[in-house]
Amino acid sequence: MLTFDKEYFNIGYLDTLSYKDTFMHRIDPRIKLLTSLAFILLVISFPKYEISKMIPFLVFPVVILSIGDIPLIFILKKLLIVSPFALFVGIFNPILDTAPMYSIYGVGISGGWVSYFSIIMKFILTISTALLLIATTSFPGICIALEKLFVPKILVVQLLFLYRYLFVLAEETMRIVRARNMRTFGRKGQGMRVFIQIAGTLFVRTVERSERIYHAMCSRGFDGRIRMMKNFKPGFIDIIFAVVTITVFVILRKYDIAKILGDLILQ
Amino acid sequence: MHMADALLSPAVGTTFWAGSLGIIAYCSKRLKNDINEKMVPLMGVLAAFIFAGQMINFTIPGTGSSGHIGGGMILAILLGPSAAFIAIASVLAIQSLFFADGGILALGCNIWNMGVYPCFVAYPLIYRTITRRDKTPGRIMIASMLSVIVALGLGSFSVVLQTLLSGRSELPFAAFAALMLPIHLAIAVGEGFITGGFVNYVRSVRPEIFDIVEGTGKLRESFSMKKVLISISLLVIITGGILSWFASTHPDGLEWSIEKIYGTAELPGHENGIVPKLKDIQEKTTILPDYDFAGKENRETAGTEKSWPAVNAGASVSGLLGSVMVIGLISIFGFVIRIFKRIRN
Repeated sequence: MLTFDKEYFNIGYLDTLSYKDTFMHRIDPRIKLLTSLAFILLVISFPKYEISKMIPFLVFPVVILSIGDIPLIFILKKLLIVSPFALFVGIFNPILDTAPMYSIYGVGISGGWVSYFSIIMKFILTISTALLLIATTSFPGICIALEKLFVPKILVVQLLFLYRYLFVLAEETMRIVRARNMRTFGRKGQGMRVFIQIAGTLFVRTVERSERIYHAMCSRGFDGRIRMMKNFKPGFIDIIFAVVTITVFVILRKYDIAKILGDLILQ
Repeated sequence: MHMADALLSPAVGTTFWAGSLGIIAYCSKRLKNDINEKMVPLMGVLAAFIFAGQMINFTIPGTGSSGHIGGGMILAILLGPSAAFIAIASVLAIQSLFFADGGILALGCNIWNMGVYPCFVAYPLIYRTITRRDKTPGRIMIASMLSVIVALGLGSFSVVLQTLLSGRSELPFAAFAALMLPIHLAIAVGEGFITGGFVNYVRSVRPEIFDIVEGTGKLRESFSMKKVLISISLLVIITGGILSWFASTHPDGLEWSIEKIYGTAELPGHENGIVPKLKDIQEKTTILPDYDFAGKENRETAGTEKSWPAVNAGASVSGLLGSVMVIGLISIFGFVIRIFKRIRN
């Protein structure tokens, strides 16, 4: 309950962050979405045992974080609490793959550890980029971008609806859960049967709510699609941003900057 | 059960994205044809309801810990397959963006794993077959239980397959499957009980709600099993075809094409073990006996022959040193931007 309270407020917080007005927030949502996708695809395309080439890619999330004025601690916390599935599956790599691969000053490092760190690195890069995308774009912004990028309209409308009613329903649910917790003692009364009844009640209320929403929308001329007041057009700066970031990604993907730097120092 | 970006290879990720987008397009086309707009807010609010439902924890009998529902099957039963698929996709999209469950590339896989199986396998084949003739509470309970078990089983099995096809994890097929399937079977029994109980509850308290839901757009009546089966098998063939084409040309199709485009010649540790294994599949048509072995062997021999690019100590030290420096430089860069911004304000 507490954790869900927290997660719920976290959504609210991400939403608040997205209404800041910085250079990053002003970039066209489409450009941001596409560069983030390119970034994720390039990062994921690194082979299993690659680490050093991936590290310079940190520059993208760090730049967005800094220019977009997003608190670092918040993103780090999110990274930590996020479902540990990747880390859990990855931990078997060091156990199963023990063939030595690197040696640093005589200390051997097994291939499993290398590939595990590679997974962790990918995890950090992709998840932080996804969070930063939301934090600098706002969800409706992404929905507009999706619609402009030819995603089926019904899915876009669906996403907007879901986003809008998430907060309303979450509040209602929290009231119900609070009421349940007041009336239960220890673990008694928190089982599945009570849950079904609570969920049923919530469902009935939800359907009734959707009816009211529908009538309200009909009386305001709803015809199955949602129109946006804002009209987005990628400007000169947006295109420059896209060209620069993609070029940087390609250079980073091609050259092992970390290794080149290390070589320079050692020589 | 959310698949994660970090475990995926681009070929697997994009293939499942293509599959999921194809089904989304199919569903939205179907909905456009026989939906009334009433369905639109209903879908949105019900997807939000699933979120809300996930916020209510309950104690799991026998374990003392608490869990929450997934809700995919509930949506399929309430909305019908096409609308439910769109709703599930939207729930997963929000989860991946706000809760960072999985990731953006893995979203395609997640929509596939948690959308296709409940909506287009379990619902039409199991739930509808059992409850077609009469909808007694007992039948609904059994139907929900079975369909959730099948949907979750298939879903978790394809997580295993996607992980293995990507070749980022060392887990052998049998062990991973043996880990995932029993856990999800246990989850499915609980979820199935709740799904059945929930449907029965709503049916007994407010049966007219089901009339509203079932009546909208006549989704049930116009649902053609044949079409769905044909399109699913087509999709499977296309996906499989693309995947194996990528895989058999080069270790990891998209990786390889990116290498081609950007011209990096040497790629350390490129043997992901997918090529030899896929060839094995083609030859023996057995299911991945011990995946990733060939890859490991290749790598081991490569290591002993010193052809492994970074095995000599100097190179790996410079890599490590360089990485530390790059991290330092990037953090300084970030700080400078922040300080610069603060001064300007």
